[in-house]
Amino acid sequence: MKTMQSLTDRKKVVSKKEMTFMEKLYLPAIIGGMWITFKHLFRKNNTVKYPEETREFAPVYRGQHVLKRDEEGRENCTACGLCAVACPAEAITMVAAERVKGEENLYREEKYAEKYEINMLRCIFCGLCEEACPKEAIFLTDRIVPSNFERDEFVYGKDRLVEQLNDRIDITKRQHTGKRSKI
Amino acid sequence: METSELIEKLVLIVVLFAVTLGIAAYATYFERKVAAWFQDRIGPDRAGPFGILQPLADGGKLFFKEDFIPDAAEKWLFILGPGIAMFTALMTGSVIPWSTNLTLFGQDIALQVADVNIGILFIMGFLSIGVYGIMIGGWASNNKYSLFSAVRASSQMISYELAMGICVIVIVMMTGSLGLREIVDAQHGMNWNVFYQPVAFVVFFICALAETNRAPFDLPECESELIGGYHTEYGSMKMGFYLFAEYVSLFISSAVISTLFFGGYNFPGMDNFEGNTLAILGVVAMFTKTFIFVFIFMWIRWTLPRFRFDQLMHLGWKSLIPISLINLLITGLVIAFNEGWFK
Repeated sequence: MKTMQSLTDRKKVVSKKEMTFMEKLYLPAIIGGMWITFKHLFRKNNTVKYPEETREFAPVYRGQHVLKRDEEGRENCTACGLCAVACPAEAITMVAAERVKGEENLYREEKYAEKYEINMLRCIFCGLCEEACPKEAIFLTDRIVPSNFERDEFVYGKDRLVEQLNDRIDITKRQHTGKRSKI
Repeated sequence: METSELIEKLVLIVVLFAVTLGIAAYATYFERKVAAWFQDRIGPDRAGPFGILQPLADGGKLFFKEDFIPDAAEKWLFILGPGIAMFTALMTGSVIPWSTNLTLFGQDIALQVADVNIGILFIMGFLSIGVYGIMIGGWASNNKYSLFSAVRASSQMISYELAMGICVIVIVMMTGSLGLREIVDAQHGMNWNVFYQPVAFVVFFICALAETNRAPFDLPECESELIGGYHTEYGSMKMGFYLFAEYVSLFISSAVISTLFFGGYNFPGMDNFEGNTLAILGVVAMFTKTFIFVFIFMWIRWTLPRFRFDQLMHLGWKSLIPISLINLLITGLVIAFNEGWFK
């Protein structure tokens, strides 16, 4: 019978060689292992003491969302629904409304989101909403969504998503498209 | 028995009990600290400065947890199991001599609860009874994994007791006594048994690891195969007792190793001291040796992986017992030669 030739040279022959007497004693190997662990006694530890110390986030970290306002403090979102369509987890819902006279300082365009909700338990923080948004209204930030005992607390409405005028959220680290307003 | 002697022994018992439990409690803390150091971590550091109150917090937690007994468990045996484990672990400490005699209030006080003339047999006996704690607990749980673990523990402890016993016989042959006080006194100064019996020491040490069910011989608690081992069904302080008993026996077996092989309370240059100074220095020497062994036990635990069960049995029956038997034979021949039998 012809033996099959191997097509690659990646195969390895299993070696089952007899252990020598010293290897059978195990003690040299054990002492070697203990020497390795002993050296670790004098190493610097890698621990980050979390609540006191925090690690720096990566510039592209995707955490809690923010609905941005423009430089005049008007909401960027026009409730086009592209984020909701893009969302693979179906975490975003919204209700659109028409801007009436006198609200020009509140909303940037004629249509705005009356309600805007993100279910943080559904959200997978993929950032596709941010990518889909044509108005540069939604961004993921380096803030962590806090834990909670109640499930319904995780549906974030506009009260928690839209940035406050006196407490702007810095997203300059996230993306540098050049199209977006500076703040 | 005189009243003064009774009080003396009572005080000694209470002190030994407190010290053993305190050391066992802090052994749990140091186990976690040592593990952390070996793994480049910090370890518990939240409860008090350097986490020093961690054992109290752990104990408090265990006491306040629900004391649960499974429906299908054999109730009384289930309760008895941890009790036996703890009792046997604590009893072995009573025959260990901690130092030379202390003179207080004009009385000679032996720092040893009971100078039994068969001290080492007493320890071996209680070690064997220790199996019952695990066996009864594992069986009474009515859980197949607990039972497996209990069977493993008992077969392991019985197998390793043989080699351990032969190593003890070697020491007894050299000393001519079973009493621990005599064994220690025979190792005066730097005349430690380990220099005459290194093989017996290594075998005894390996067996001590197996007897206390510690890594690499912690098969009874092998999480990947047996969930939690014999204490799977235990919760609250009953489980705490099992874990605690393990640390008590860790401390006691370290003390026994230092007594048998490392001269107990003897230290080089001890002839320059006498009286109470010698006694106190002896206690310091004894505890230093014991703590070094406790550290080595932990060091081994965080270095070596666990044995497979057949490897464990292979090592016990086919390696350690023959080695210790040959060692016994050679020791016997040498002693006979020195006694002049072959002249």
